Amino acid sequence: METIPVEHGLILAGILFCLGLIGVLTRRNIVFVLMSLEVMLNASGLAFIVAATRWGHAEGQVMFLMILTLAAAEVAVGLGLIIQMFRRYQTVDISVLSEMKG
Amino acid sequence: MITLFYLAGAIAVISTAAVIVQTNIVHALLYLILSLLAVAVVFYVLGAPFAAALEAIVYAGAILVLFLFVIMMLNLGQHTREQERSWLSARMFVAPGIMSALLLGQFLNVMSQIDQDMAITRVGVMEVSALLFGPYVLAVELASILLLAGLVSAYHLAKK
Repeated sequence: METIPVEHGLILAGILFCLGLIGVLTRRNIVFVLMSLEVMLNASGLAFIVAATRWGHAEGQVMFLMILTLAAAEVAVGLGLIIQMFRRYQTVDISVLSEMKG
Repeated sequence: MITLFYLAGAIAVISTAAVIVQTNIVHALLYLILSLLAVAVVFYVLGAPFAAALEAIVYAGAILVLFLFVIMMLNLGQHTREQERSWLSARMFVAPGIMSALLLGQFLNVMSQIDQDMAITRVGVMEVSALLFGPYVLAVELASILLLAGLVSAYHLAKK
């Protein structure tokens, strides 16, 4: 039976999450921000799969399915908001949204 | 199999890093697809073939095609690439990089105290489906309602 140290899987998930966090904090293009959010959600799913493997259960994969559903719904709504923002401001720069006036 | 885990993990980290420093949006999208496929390989190696297939189909297939449609709709061409280049300076990466590195350092510190091996047991589609349609059937229904809400709100938001 092959074994992988459990912390290596979790460290991979942590690195991917931090890369996504850097992307969210640095980018000004809103499409890139949404893509970095996807990376972060995917990293949390990876952590669940590592936990599922550690305990040999299928529950972690069920949680991954829930995260997948959440990511799909989030992307659909987020891209709809991006289209609406582009119609209003003709730009994908998130700093135009810094002054919300309703 | 174990070398495949580390190889796919390295590919995932490198291509994700390429996503966040890329100025061309379509190239970034392609790197993201590469990263997600590498994570799918990691899932497969970890004994979750169902999750790996879903990662490839739903994430790399459906969600990123949605991104591609929106990029085509917004018609982000050459001028946005130059704009990206002016926005993206190395100075901007300093503060978020330091904060994320601190976070990651704490995480690594915690992880270094764990010393457990995981034996790779294959948990296939049957076990997952038995759970999904057994004790978690309510969660599946709620997920479908969430997707319906996402569909309706995306239609409403993208409408003129």
